[in-house]
Amino acid sequence: MSEHKETSPSRRVFLGAAGAGLGALALAPGLQLIEISQASTPAPGASSKVRWGMLIDSTKCAKGCDACVTACNTENAINETVRDPRQGAQWIRKIDLKDLKTGREHSLPMLCQHCAHPPCVDVCPTGASMKRADGIVLVDRHRCIGCRYCMLACPYKARSLVFTPLTEQNPEVPRGKGCVESCTFCVQRVDKGLQPACVDACPEGAMTFGDLNDRNSAISQRLARVNSREVRADLKLDLGVRYEGI
Amino acid sequence: MTNEQFKPADSPVFYVALILGMLASGVAVWDALHVAEHGLQLTNMNNQVFWGMPHVFGIFMIVAASGAVNVATIGTVFGKEAYRPRVRLSALLGIALVAGGLAAIMLDLGRPDRLTVAMTNINLKSTFGRNSIIYPVFILLAGLTIWVAMDRGINKFFYKSVNLATLFWRLIMTMGTGSIFGYIVARQAYHSALLPALFIAMSLAWGMAIFLIAQTIIYARNNIELHPQLRTRFKNLLGIFIGAGLFFVLVLHLVATYYAKNLDYEYFILFNGGVFPQLFWGGYFVLGTVLPLLLLYVPGLSAIRGSVTAAAIMVLLGGLSLMYVIVISGQVYPMDMFPGMQVSSSFFDGMIDTYTPSLSEILLSLGSVGIAFTIALAGLRVFDFVPRDDTAKLQSAGYLND
Repeated sequence: MSEHKETSPSRRVFLGAAGAGLGALALAPGLQLIEISQASTPAPGASSKVRWGMLIDSTKCAKGCDACVTACNTENAINETVRDPRQGAQWIRKIDLKDLKTGREHSLPMLCQHCAHPPCVDVCPTGASMKRADGIVLVDRHRCIGCRYCMLACPYKARSLVFTPLTEQNPEVPRGKGCVESCTFCVQRVDKGLQPACVDACPEGAMTFGDLNDRNSAISQRLARVNSREVRADLKLDLGVRYEGI
Repeated sequence: MTNEQFKPADSPVFYVALILGMLASGVAVWDALHVAEHGLQLTNMNNQVFWGMPHVFGIFMIVAASGAVNVATIGTVFGKEAYRPRVRLSALLGIALVAGGLAAIMLDLGRPDRLTVAMTNINLKSTFGRNSIIYPVFILLAGLTIWVAMDRGINKFFYKSVNLATLFWRLIMTMGTGSIFGYIVARQAYHSALLPALFIAMSLAWGMAIFLIAQTIIYARNNIELHPQLRTRFKNLLGIFIGAGLFFVLVLHLVATYYAKNLDYEYFILFNGGVFPQLFWGGYFVLGTVLPLLLLYVPGLSAIRGSVTAAAIMVLLGGLSLMYVIVISGQVYPMDMFPGMQVSSSFFDGMIDTYTPSLSEILLSLGSVGIAFTIALAGLRVFDFVPRDDTAKLQSAGYLND
């Protein structure tokens, strides 16, 4: 017993020192990360002074041309193979229209309309569907639980669920099995000062992208000159995408 | 009936039923894990019809849960003596049904592993988001209903408060479930303030039917005979609830046809939409409404032993048919983005879609019923919730006089 009395304090000291050492080892990487994160300058967030929008001239959009769709799929790495074509994701699609009375035909690309009052954001239970300050409607892939309520709520059928495991993704465009997604206006390009891939790819120049809040932007000046309309304007969602010629 | 005469359900039949329920529950969980690993490509859902059979069953059970607890409400809030011994069973069934319904919906998520995300990030503007609070609170209130019914020394004010809160919460829950569709402005099938009201009316019949079936099975297993005059009362109440549901279905369709833009969709689900008119007329109207009403009210038929239970089963089959029509038809029917135009695209715009549930979806749906069944069965084994009527009390309350 006397031996125990002599050795106990040293054991305590040893255990205490070992505990402190292990604690320091555990905390050190975290502290290092805090330093790193504080050292980096945070990227400027989206500005509410900007409202990104798109004007699509359906009179220039050729039936059968799907350059915008191909460009979107390439840019965003939408390349998975599905067993049923109805399970495939489509961020942008070509719609062919025929007026039942006059027989006049149109073709136009349909994509997320980036509503100012997006129903998908309203119904999303977790807040994964969100609208950036500059009007771009996105899905936080870390927060989406794949409930598909936004797909039910979207009046434009602009959203898709990913039905299969994914590989070969674009690191700048996170996608994920079981999550819902839609057109992002190629936010990864827009944030670098570039145009969405579909706009760049359109051989007819039928798509104009720009800041709806800037009166001097090409899109605003064109909108001031031509008649344009929002699809399902009756819902009063104040769309970011406008069409002319329909 | 005294406690001494009561035979607890400890026969092999109980264990066989429990094992079957647990097997079905296990199949649901296994199926969900399998789909979670390989993606929803294993189902027949797609980007046109993305809420399938599990949603039909899940929403059906959640709606029915409210109606099952209605039996407790009649006994507690409205003080009807015949319903007092049934309060605990009614609340237990409510808890089991909500749990089963939630399991169907949660296990059908694209990311079922993100349950904690759903619980910790709630968008209160969203009906789904609000419901993720409403459903657990309902389970809590149903549990409290059981507690205050069991504790004889309970404070009267607390007793009344709990039961009143349960009544209001039930209504909120059923309206919240109906609002999932009612607030959808995008689709012709939905966007109606009548849907929450319809769901409340439907919940009463579906919940009552489940309660009566459960009571019949429990009584048969325990050699208890339901007093004929109580049988008549329950039978009549089920009939009234079926009628209330039919009234709201009628109003919903009359209002829908008032708007010219909805006529084509109404025509689709009522006449030329293939499986949907069959399920509406054959499933909901004939099997789930007309035949049960005949069984309950035609004197020669209503006297037959088992006719009330048969009617209750038919009500449930009719209810599932109606829920299938509501959930699926609204998705297969194309959205009218360009009125007056013929529309076509690679994403099946303008086309009426089709949907047939896959084996995986059927297993998950039936498995979620298994989950509800197992919870109810285990609850009945642990607690003595078998409704036992006190003839003297019923006599003094005037139930046995007519």
